[in-house]
Amino acid sequence: MKEEMDVLEETVSRDYKYGFVTDIETDVVSKGLNEDTIRLISAKKNEPEWMLNWRLKAYAQWLKMEEPKWPNVKYPPINYQDIIYYAAPRKKTKVNGLDQVDPELLKTFDKLGISLNEQKRLSGVAVDVVMDSVSIATSFKKQLSEVGIIFCSISEAIQKHPELVKKYLGSVVPMTDNYFAALNSAVFTDGSFCFIPKGVRCPMELSTYFRINTENSGQFERTLIIAEEEAYVSYLEGCTAPKRDENQLHAAVVELFAHRKAEIKYSTVQNWFPGDENGLGGIYNFVTKRGICMGDYSKISWSQVETGAAITWKYPSVILKGDNSIGEFYSVALTNHFQQADTGTKMTHLGKNTRSRIVSKGISAGQSQNSYRGLVKAGKHALNARNYSQCDSLLLGDKCGAHTFPYIESKNKTAVIEHEATTSKIGEDQLFYCRQRGIDTEAAVALIVTGFAKEVMNQLPMEFAVEAQKLLAVSLEGSVG
Amino acid sequence: MLSIKNIHASVEGKEILRGINLDLQPGEVHAIMGPNGSGKSTLASVLAGREEYEVTQGSVDFLGKNILELSPEDRAREGLFLAFQYPVEIPGVSTTNFIKTALNEKRKYHGLPPLDAVSFMKLMKEKMNLVEIDKSLLTRSINEGFSGGEKKKNEIFQMAMLEPRLTILDETDSGLDIDALRIVANGVNKLRNENRAIIVITHYQRLLDYLQPDFVHVLLNGKIVKSGTKELALELEEKGYDFIKDQFSLSEAV
Repeated sequence: MKEEMDVLEETVSRDYKYGFVTDIETDVVSKGLNEDTIRLISAKKNEPEWMLNWRLKAYAQWLKMEEPKWPNVKYPPINYQDIIYYAAPRKKTKVNGLDQVDPELLKTFDKLGISLNEQKRLSGVAVDVVMDSVSIATSFKKQLSEVGIIFCSISEAIQKHPELVKKYLGSVVPMTDNYFAALNSAVFTDGSFCFIPKGVRCPMELSTYFRINTENSGQFERTLIIAEEEAYVSYLEGCTAPKRDENQLHAAVVELFAHRKAEIKYSTVQNWFPGDENGLGGIYNFVTKRGICMGDYSKISWSQVETGAAITWKYPSVILKGDNSIGEFYSVALTNHFQQADTGTKMTHLGKNTRSRIVSKGISAGQSQNSYRGLVKAGKHALNARNYSQCDSLLLGDKCGAHTFPYIESKNKTAVIEHEATTSKIGEDQLFYCRQRGIDTEAAVALIVTGFAKEVMNQLPMEFAVEAQKLLAVSLEGSVG
Repeated sequence: MLSIKNIHASVEGKEILRGINLDLQPGEVHAIMGPNGSGKSTLASVLAGREEYEVTQGSVDFLGKNILELSPEDRAREGLFLAFQYPVEIPGVSTTNFIKTALNEKRKYHGLPPLDAVSFMKLMKEKMNLVEIDKSLLTRSINEGFSGGEKKKNEIFQMAMLEPRLTILDETDSGLDIDALRIVANGVNKLRNENRAIIVITHYQRLLDYLQPDFVHVLLNGKIVKSGTKELALELEEKGYDFIKDQFSLSEAV
């Protein structure tokens, strides 16, 4: 037994292949946060007055709030005056075609495996790429607009579709929601905006790729997705950052709004730089993601594979307001070395016959701490609400931790809420069984972990699933000898 | 092809094997019998390379290599297969995927490219018929929720797929009903050939009725105390281990 433990802990090296820095001239606002910073950001983006006022209001709120202390994570105090709130690759008069994008940037995204060239893409995935504080390019815009879909950066939406932005921004995650949401509302710089009109099934996967490049900068992205009645969209999100010794803050807000019979599927493969094997550096990923099933029979499904970030604080949630609406949360969170994750979901049942399903798979290796935190709430009128939650944890080695914090609040007697949880270790017997068949320890661990996460992986769109599976294996590299 | 010389092995400081000698030629089937705690399964574990067993003395030569110096996975890739007494469940990993991974790891070790999907499926089909395994088992997570019989059949199926030179059947007959026993034994018999040696570890005669071993060895207190032909197994069945114990303690005394 002892020996097996040693084997599991023996080596600790992980190759983060996205750790490079793009050498590009960047327009940065000096460090620090005050009203002037916000005015400057707003001016740089040439925003209308109402947007600036909204930001300032959020800033005033934020000043009154305190950083949450309840997550099961530890980090030194963040100096919010030591962060760059705006950094943009220069020459950024919003490009009209890809031929106008800085070749250095195109190279960067090629290296990340994100081709911006529409012709070169094999499958139909439209991409919006965001580097630091700005959206660089969005592909397939024209084809999408032919069916009435708006897919652009949120900055562009503020300019071109102010009525939609005004109506929906902050409608799911109010600026007062929490500390990081308030901060984001004040200083958000870019992100994606999708609007799927009534009855339209989005013909391709929409995706946004987030990249942090500039040192000492924070990324505050804002994404807003609206599906009108009977609309459908599947949206993917990916992210990476260079290797650095300092921690960088990423505080995003994502809002999903589903009208009657609409369906939104939102998938994330989060691969921010996790810090090195000694816990130095890495991204603080403090994110608020929430969707509202406003209309009857609507559905929102979150799938996430979280392998990166030094600290993850994230609870993609669904408010089930419409009758017969459905909320889903499928998550794989893998932590290695000194990573900390406190992630889960909130399912708030308000309408009748609403259903939700939570499947969470936590994998802890090294000296990492991995917590599932979930809240299932059934309101007074949530007649026959149903929830099923399953939280499984897998431990590799004996220095890591797995924790489960399920909360249940039910105000309706007809609501049925089920919760199941398991914690297991990769057994010595399982490893030996694999090795006796010629599968070495590292491959065996990858096989076992992939099997463990399968139920969630199956929820991911095809081309993402392959990527995510590789990512799991890579993230575990060096967690065993 | 396998030469075990004076193997001593202990677990947590306690000596379990106390000088085992055994030689196997290709094509031979050797049965190892003995009462509980005599060291039968320990021998299987030592050969397969379980790390909690410490080999304190002796050598094991398999196809010209000292396998005690090899990792468990390399022993497997060299052609050593252990059919487990208690096959392990791996949730979420289909039997097909598991075997494919194992087969390709072995091929890689021998400098061969991975088997393409079509050839793999063809091979599966062929071996499925050979060992009478149900197709539905192969898409299920390996050993998860399998009955005792299904688990053992699956072990034999893996043996068929991986085509080992040496197979150790560790109490493969335990927990099997008569029908399952017959199917498993038939599977093994079909896999017998002049290149392949098999060690059958068992308590009972009934598996040996089907397998008809060339040699039978009796293990007692970590030593082979008696070897013979299949008639020895019959004698054991009739008289129990006590008569050997008596003989053995007698000879020890002398």
